[in-house]
Amino acid sequence: MLEINGEPRTVPGVQNVGQLLAQLGIVPERVAVELNHRIVRRKDWSTTPVSDRDRIEIVQFVGGG
Amino acid sequence: MTYQLSADPLALGGKSFNSRLIVGTGKYSNLQVMREALDKSGAEIVTVAVRRIDLNDRSGQSLLDYIDPRKCMILRNTAGCYSAEEAVRIANLGREAGLSDWVKLEVIGDEKTLFPDADGLLTATKILVKDGFVVLPYTNDDPVVARKLEDAGAAAVMPLGAPIGSGMGIQNPANIRIILENASVPVIVDAGVGTASDAAIAMELGCDAVLMNTGIAGASDPVAMAQAMKLAVEAGRLAYKAGRMAKKLYAAASSPLQGISR
Repeated sequence: MLEINGEPRTVPGVQNVGQLLAQLGIVPERVAVELNHRIVRRKDWSTTPVSDRDRIEIVQFVGGG
Repeated sequence: MTYQLSADPLALGGKSFNSRLIVGTGKYSNLQVMREALDKSGAEIVTVAVRRIDLNDRSGQSLLDYIDPRKCMILRNTAGCYSAEEAVRIANLGREAGLSDWVKLEVIGDEKTLFPDADGLLTATKILVKDGFVVLPYTNDDPVVARKLEDAGAAAVMPLGAPIGSGMGIQNPANIRIILENASVPVIVDAGVGTASDAAIAMELGCDAVLMNTGIAGASDPVAMAQAMKLAVEAGRLAYKAGRMAKKLYAAASSPLQGISR
C-alpha cells in the first residue's frame, strides 16, 4: 500500500517510480515526483524503487495567478 | 515618433520582453477563454501554479496545451505556501517538472488577505537565489522589505496594489513610488488590479510591468478586458515616458487671456 497525493493506494506489480507513473496513466512531461519528501529526478525514475508504505507526491502545472 | 514596444523592452531576469503585462492562468471559466484572453493580452510571461495531479480524474485537459510556448514563457508560482520551507519545496518541485529556473515566489502570511509573510519571503528568496533560481517575489508595499528582497538577490520586486483577487487597484501609490525610487531591479505591481485604469496608474507611477489574474479572468468579458489591459499598460507606460504635467492647486487657463471680445 502506497500513499499517493495524500490517498492510500494499492498499485500492484510496480517496482519503480517510472512504472508507477505508467501504471497510473500519467504522461511524464511536466510532472514532478517526490518520494518520501525527496524529489526524484526524471532521469532516476526507472531506477528509483517504490516500496510498501512509501509516500509519493505527483504534481503538475495548473492555472494560477 | 510613434511609441514602439520593441524600442522600450522590459529587461527582466536577463531576458528582454516587449510586453509589460504578465498574466495569470487561474479562474477562467474554461481553457479556451483563457487562451483567447492570453492572446489578446499580448502577454509574453504567464503564471501557473503547481498542484497535485488528480488521480481519480485523468480526463482533464492539460493547461499547457492551451499556452503557446513560442509566445509565452511560463512562470511557476508558489501559491498556497505559508512558510519559507513550503515555498522552497514547491519551487524545487516546479523546477523539476520543467521549463525554467524562474519562480514567482509567494510566502503567504494570512489566509484572509493573502498578504505576504515578509520574514518567510526573505528567507525563501535567499535560499532560492543561492540555488540558482530567478526569483520574482510577491511582496507587500513596504519599501524596507522591497530593498531587503533586492539585496537578497531577487530579480525584481513585486509589490501588491491591493489583496490578491480584490480588484481594489493601487491602494498605496505613494509607497509604490518610494519603492521605485529605491529599486535597481524592475518593480512589477502584482495583485489587486481590477480594471484598466488600475494598470495604467501603476505604469504611470513608473512601474516596469504589471501582473494580474483576476482583473482579466474575473471580468464579464475576459477577452475584451485582456485587450483593455494591454492598451492600459501601453498607455500608462507611454504617459510615464512622456512626462506628465505638474499638478497645480489653482487653475491655469488654456486659452489666451488677451483679445477677449466683450
